[in-house]
Amino acid sequence: MHEPHAEPRRSIYYRYQVHAPWLASKHPPQDRKKVVIVGAGPIGLFAALELARLGVPCVLLESELQVSEGSRAIVFTRRSMEILQQVGVDAPITANGLPWRFGNSFYRGQRVYRMEAPHDPDDRFFPMINLQQQYLEQYLTEAVLAHPLIDMRWGNRVTRVDPKDSFVRVEVDTPEGSYLLESDWLVASDGARSGIRAMMDLKLEGASYEGRFVIADIRIDLPLPTERLAFFDPDWNPGNTILMHREPHGIWRVDYQLPPDETPEQALAPGSLKARIDAQLAMIGHGGTPWEMDWCSVYSARALTLPNYVNGRVLFTGDAAHMLPIFGVRGANTGWQDAQGLAWRLAFVARGVAPESLLQSYSSERVAAAWEIIDEAGKSTRFMTPPTRGFRLLRDAVLSLSLSQPFVGPLYHWRTSRPHEYTQSPLNSSGDDNLLFKVGPGHGAPPQNIRLGADDYLLDHLGGGFDLLYFTEGPAIPDALQKVVAEIRLKGVPLRVVAVGAAEPVAGADLILADADGHFRARYGVRASGAAYLLRPDQHICARWMSLDAGRLQSALTTALGGTASTTVSVQKGV
Amino acid sequence: MSTSASLSVPHLEQVYDALATAIDAAGPDKSELFLVKLALLNANALGDVAAFEAQVAAALKDL
Repeated sequence: MHEPHAEPRRSIYYRYQVHAPWLASKHPPQDRKKVVIVGAGPIGLFAALELARLGVPCVLLESELQVSEGSRAIVFTRRSMEILQQVGVDAPITANGLPWRFGNSFYRGQRVYRMEAPHDPDDRFFPMINLQQQYLEQYLTEAVLAHPLIDMRWGNRVTRVDPKDSFVRVEVDTPEGSYLLESDWLVASDGARSGIRAMMDLKLEGASYEGRFVIADIRIDLPLPTERLAFFDPDWNPGNTILMHREPHGIWRVDYQLPPDETPEQALAPGSLKARIDAQLAMIGHGGTPWEMDWCSVYSARALTLPNYVNGRVLFTGDAAHMLPIFGVRGANTGWQDAQGLAWRLAFVARGVAPESLLQSYSSERVAAAWEIIDEAGKSTRFMTPPTRGFRLLRDAVLSLSLSQPFVGPLYHWRTSRPHEYTQSPLNSSGDDNLLFKVGPGHGAPPQNIRLGADDYLLDHLGGGFDLLYFTEGPAIPDALQKVVAEIRLKGVPLRVVAVGAAEPVAGADLILADADGHFRARYGVRASGAAYLLRPDQHICARWMSLDAGRLQSALTTALGGTASTTVSVQKGV
Repeated sequence: MSTSASLSVPHLEQVYDALATAIDAAGPDKSELFLVKLALLNANALGDVAAFEAQVAAALKDL
């Protein structure tokens, strides 16, 4: 019998709400579900909302009765905010989070490197925003509970997975005992210690690093701005690294590396925590300032991924699919990109408007992204926690040189999570004009946001299906293109046509953006009427043309929906 | 290994003395750190990754 913790968790700044467990005895017998999502963390909650937005109902199983214990994730990137905007939860995060864009590295009391994350006037969101994970999960949970297509089940823990050819059966334990649930598809978003991954005996590939870190959230009044602070090799923790971040509600994250051989129990002993945090505060000139502990934990840096995120009818996403070093805020920020890439494909497959094979491109795109992150994170990790004597010597030489030689400064660069460009995606159109564009987002890239007016940006208007940006000064979308659009919609594929650059109404367009000053066209490398960009439902570009015609639009849509070459050929014949 | 510019014998002797004196000044605990810093400074001045890697290979010989 599953007995989830039923008392509100302790926190000095967050009031936990305990939800009632979902009990099978209080509900009628259940049919086979289309999608069951396991794990209502930031990634599972988002996946449920995105699926629901695309019209696919799902069951969301959460073993606990309340949101995250402590705040594991605290920093969210611009791309994450753009993704969360798609499911309507960006506003409370913006209202309550702390935006920032500067990172500082300190050695021997001197700031040896300052990094500025670019903030384009065309971007709605800051490069980074800090907010505790509990609030983020709360906002997502409120949206989930308000959505009629999502069946949220607190206190439901999956204890057995039985994958079949065309469905998955799971055993779900609850406070009244277990029940069986069948689903066409199972999404595993049950985190770094994924029970689904373990039960299916799937092995992660990659490396674990030796370095272990304490993360502690403390309440303290420090007169410091919201910027990333990294301290290298301080006297109180020789050879090791300390990170500090401001969080809302007067909370600071202190993150410090442990000496080798120290156990997590030793590290989390109250005396050890107090001595080290006091030493860190003294080092930055705030010794003796009173503080109070909220939550702390120990983690180790790992860089691992499953080789395939699609295992029959079980689909892995977020930390369940990979474990990435957190330097560079790569946990939740990577997971949302996964879930966004998965949700639209799964929705189209579940609704029968795309073949099952479309899901393979989710795996190939996101596994490649994970390996890219592991490679990049390795560079940060070997500077933060040098793995060998040679690497330590080089790191120490760079620390020493950085006091007088600015040329080594960039070696402190903290490689941040960024949106991945799926340049090799099989969903990219092969017959478009991608290579003819001098600027603008290319094949597989996320879109460039455009400021349209006061509190009005391009990405506010996109998503929920394919978007065709058609650049025209004419009075209508050409008939042949409108015909392709109508046909694809008849098949159940949502596609919005956005006309850009016309001062007058454009027949056949769902939305018209005037672009009076030509700024939008300039950033997208558009020189003449008739150019177009096709964005997938996750907003990544899959085709762009200097001059769009019906045949090439049809072909790009077929490719983006995972269509076969033969379909493409027959379509082209028909044009 | 060939390089476009090389030191005259008197200059090579001057470098020899300067390096030996600096290693002694750094002391046994810090001489390794000093030499790595020096190598990074030289690599930056050299501005040529391939040439640097050739020097690494040459220095690794016959240890």
